[in-house]
Amino acid sequence: MISDIIAIIRDYWLLLLIGQYPNGPLGGLAATLLLSILAIAFAFPVSIALALARLSKSPFLNWPVTALVYFTRGVPLLMLILWGYFLVPLATGANVPSFLTMLVTLVVYQGAFLSEVVRGGIVALGHGQMEASRALGHSYLGAMRYVILPQALYNVIPSIISVFVATIKDTTLGYVINVPDLTFAASQINNQLLTQPFQVFFILAAVYYVICWSLSRVAIVTERRITRPRRIRP
Amino acid sequence: MSSFDLSEILGNPEYVSMLLLGIKMTFVVAIGSWTLAMTLALLLLGLRYAPGPLGNAFVTAYVSYHRNVPTLVQLLLWYFGIFTLMPDPVTFWLNDHNAEAIFAVIGLGLCQAAYFSEDLRSGMRAVSPGQMEAARALGHSYVSAMRFVMVPQGSRNALPALINHSVSLFKNSSLAVAIGVAELTYAVKEIENLSFRTFESYLLVTVLYLVFSLMIMALGAYVARRADPVRSGRA
Repeated sequence: MISDIIAIIRDYWLLLLIGQYPNGPLGGLAATLLLSILAIAFAFPVSIALALARLSKSPFLNWPVTALVYFTRGVPLLMLILWGYFLVPLATGANVPSFLTMLVTLVVYQGAFLSEVVRGGIVALGHGQMEASRALGHSYLGAMRYVILPQALYNVIPSIISVFVATIKDTTLGYVINVPDLTFAASQINNQLLTQPFQVFFILAAVYYVICWSLSRVAIVTERRITRPRRIRP
Repeated sequence: MSSFDLSEILGNPEYVSMLLLGIKMTFVVAIGSWTLAMTLALLLLGLRYAPGPLGNAFVTAYVSYHRNVPTLVQLLLWYFGIFTLMPDPVTFWLNDHNAEAIFAVIGLGLCQAAYFSEDLRSGMRAVSPGQMEAARALGHSYVSAMRFVMVPQGSRNALPALINHSVSLFKNSSLAVAIGVAELTYAVKEIENLSFRTFESYLLVTVLYLVFSLMIMALGAYVARRADPVRSGRA
């Protein structure tokens, strides 16, 4: 069993790492991480915009965004992926690569999810910060940009890391639309070997475990660091 | 693409029956795995609080694995990996009894048990340790103190998180399509293939998922309100 696993890693480590690149699209672990990083990078500004809209008193901003958040909370991510995969080409007439479909879906999904995290961070600050800023002459946007958001976003860094971990795990759903990521690479190996599926998927599970566990530890350490100053200087 | 026409699907008995079968299978998988998850979660909770270091270490490892490995990968490992390691008589029996659905229930149930047990643990930690000490002082055994004093309060504290994860579990049943379970997501793909009504098919199933999820949330809110009349402002 162990020797089988070692043999698979030795023979297929490049496929697991970067897929068929440079002969084909970038795949494997590199594609998974690239997809996750891009998704969070784009989802982050989206989530701030959505969070501010959710907190807005204007019903034209608040209600549509609330509906969007509840929609993404109520529908499986897989359905959103299939919507993007089948319907976007139908509507636009353009052939969209599955990687891009997956990226856009993750941005929408994690943007809505992350917006609740950001909103929670802002709400946790309390009203006093905003009122003090306005009293000192800041506009709403100025107060939000220079006073509220820096504090709120700093406080929710651990949650953002957790959402990043969730994003990495969510990239596995690209398997269903043949996104060439780590899970896809494993299924390719499995199709070639045929006789050692347990070993192949064990390796796959182990790789995800190491990555996600490590990042979760980072989130925990970060959280301790963030909360520490508050205890020393109450 | 021709004009939007929902009746093409809803008016066709074949498609409607596929849809109904998909709904049924979704709930079979969701309820089956929920039951397994809740049962296991209580066992894991008991293990965590059992005397001795082994129980806590095992639960920690269990939770760590199931939280850090993607759910889809766990399902693939169960169906394509572990299934092939089983002896032939077991394999034959499973194949005769819808192996995909069984492994979907097992995979999702084991995975969700990790989240449920952590929710319950958080709920339990919110109960004062003095409660356990008082119960023991009054003659309760560890098990009966846990059963009649600690767990009822802890589970009430854990209800909001349990409800959230129950909705997640329902949504995760769509992942079973990856191992061939004929649930709602599978049904929509089949209907779309046969009817070429892509938009109508996916709209219908998306609405169904949304409606069911909101129903579960509403049911959860109702249960939470009933379980804790004081906190919800009644009584």
